[in-house]
Amino acid sequence: MNWLEKFPTMERQELRDFKKYIDLSFKEFSRTYGDGIESFFDPLLYFLVWLEKLLVNTPWPLIIIVIAIMAWVGARSWYIVAGTICSFLVIGYFGMWVDTMSTLAIISVATLLCISVGIPLGILMSRSDRLQSIVTPVLDVMQTIPSFVYLIPVVMLLGIGKVPGLLAVCIYALPPIVRLTNLGIRLVDKEVLEAAESFGASYRQKLFGVQIPLALPNIFAGVNQTIMMALAMVVIASMIGVKGLGLPVLRAISNQYLALGMLNGLAIVALAIIFDRISQSFGKRLQRHRESAHGV
Amino acid sequence: MVDLVKNGVSKQELLNRHGSVLALSDVNIDIPARRIQVIMGLSGSGKSTLIRHINRLIEPTAGEIIVDGHNVLKMNENELRGFRRHRASMVFQKFALLPHHTIVDNVSYGLTVQKVPKQEVAERSQKWIDRVGLTGYENHYPAQLSGGMQQRVGLARALATDAEILLMDEAFSALDPLIRTDMQDILLDLQEELHKTILFITHDLDEALRIGDSIAILRDGAVVQKGPPQEIILNPADEYVADFIKDINRGRVVQIGAIMDGEQPESGPAIDQGMVIEDALQVLSQAGTNTVIVTKDGKPLGSVRLDKMLAAIARPKSGTSRSGTYR
Repeated sequence: MNWLEKFPTMERQELRDFKKYIDLSFKEFSRTYGDGIESFFDPLLYFLVWLEKLLVNTPWPLIIIVIAIMAWVGARSWYIVAGTICSFLVIGYFGMWVDTMSTLAIISVATLLCISVGIPLGILMSRSDRLQSIVTPVLDVMQTIPSFVYLIPVVMLLGIGKVPGLLAVCIYALPPIVRLTNLGIRLVDKEVLEAAESFGASYRQKLFGVQIPLALPNIFAGVNQTIMMALAMVVIASMIGVKGLGLPVLRAISNQYLALGMLNGLAIVALAIIFDRISQSFGKRLQRHRESAHGV
Repeated sequence: MVDLVKNGVSKQELLNRHGSVLALSDVNIDIPARRIQVIMGLSGSGKSTLIRHINRLIEPTAGEIIVDGHNVLKMNENELRGFRRHRASMVFQKFALLPHHTIVDNVSYGLTVQKVPKQEVAERSQKWIDRVGLTGYENHYPAQLSGGMQQRVGLARALATDAEILLMDEAFSALDPLIRTDMQDILLDLQEELHKTILFITHDLDEALRIGDSIAILRDGAVVQKGPPQEIILNPADEYVADFIKDINRGRVVQIGAIMDGEQPESGPAIDQGMVIEDALQVLSQAGTNTVIVTKDGKPLGSVRLDKMLAAIARPKSGTSRSGTYR
């Protein structure tokens, strides 16, 4: 009864060969296609570098004004605008301006990338139960697999730098927008959709005139979640060469610099809160038509 | 599956053996043009499925839907879209307005879908907003209106496309009784002027009798009786229908012409054969006699005595078929 006490395992030699086989074949794959894949992402890299340079080189008062205007357009609340300006002033005063701009650049690009991939994917998913049953487990894996695990193949394939960092952020931040777009479109009132159909609306007219507008609050919740999760990945992304607020945090961990870690960490929190408030109140404003005349 | 049904497999058998629900079978209704055809039945009788077959919101498994000689089921996607845009519009039970559009945008939805020029859209939709009495609410959102008002928007939206067929799926069932009567009046008013072919689905018998030129009663996916309201009340086809109609106010529905006999009395007030018993009773009591002369276009046809009228409005015993009692 030996197999009851000790779990029957694969032969050690076999296991080693198995792992070696996977490692070698992936290495082979990355040697053959790595350059091609890297150049595929070049436009993304140029855009990211361009945006980062733009943010860093623009005089800081101008950036603050632009961000304040965006906060106003998004949230229509002086409270949020004032909070935003103060946060950026404090961040700048503590010498974290350049890092914050780098982080802002990568978060913006990651969010844009997630939106442009996630929303169409979510729409496709809402159209087909089959696709939904395929994509959902993939999203589950993307969200739960420890980030370090997928950093390994990404770094093997693309080396260390901005693009692999961006991909790592996107892998983690993509699921919510896909999920919530899919959910939002599926939750659109069936009778309203029937009404559109009964008046002879085409597929495009239904999608852009009814489904997406009515799913917008949910889609927006997805965008909000995506931004939050992208910010959460900043520190991990800095491990593979992304500049920004994550790097000082990483340095603080290895050298036990409490203050440095705290300050940069709080700057990330401030960014998160600002983005969250702006995008949430924007999402709420999209639902104004739901308010009734009776002040409910 | 279709073949099974054609070979006489029953609804229950189909469900037990194959897990399929037979929603409708052997439904043949000739819907009169420019009249109101009511389809009536309790929930689960298949009436909502039936109306959705007409514009193919639900695709029928078998059969034909002929509109002006064209089979709707044979239409390709483009023709079907054209049919939905120009020929048949629909009013929904829960209004199904677009919550993110204002009232005017909701009313003009059908026209916008057709890509009608903006100026014309504005004029045509304004006309219908005014017609259903919602002037001044153009820029409100549906959630800001009461149920009755929302359904007027639904009605205006359906009318704005000038489709000659109006499909109304329990259009007034979600409204409270007073508003429902209001909406029925609006519909009858409009119909007097527009003469649309209206297919009206309802589970409310009073509503069916009030607005229907012709009624078809649906039970478990099959038509149990069809005909004008008079005929259904006076000659229920089976016990199901008889049970159904036993509680209605017959005095308000049964017309005097349906219960007259051929005798020609020498005196008495003359009334038109289309008058309902309730009104005829009033005429009788004012005249102080107990016989009325029934006329058609002013010419006498026959007469009705008071006891006959009373018998006609008396509630029949439940469960007994009264087929042929009055004729």
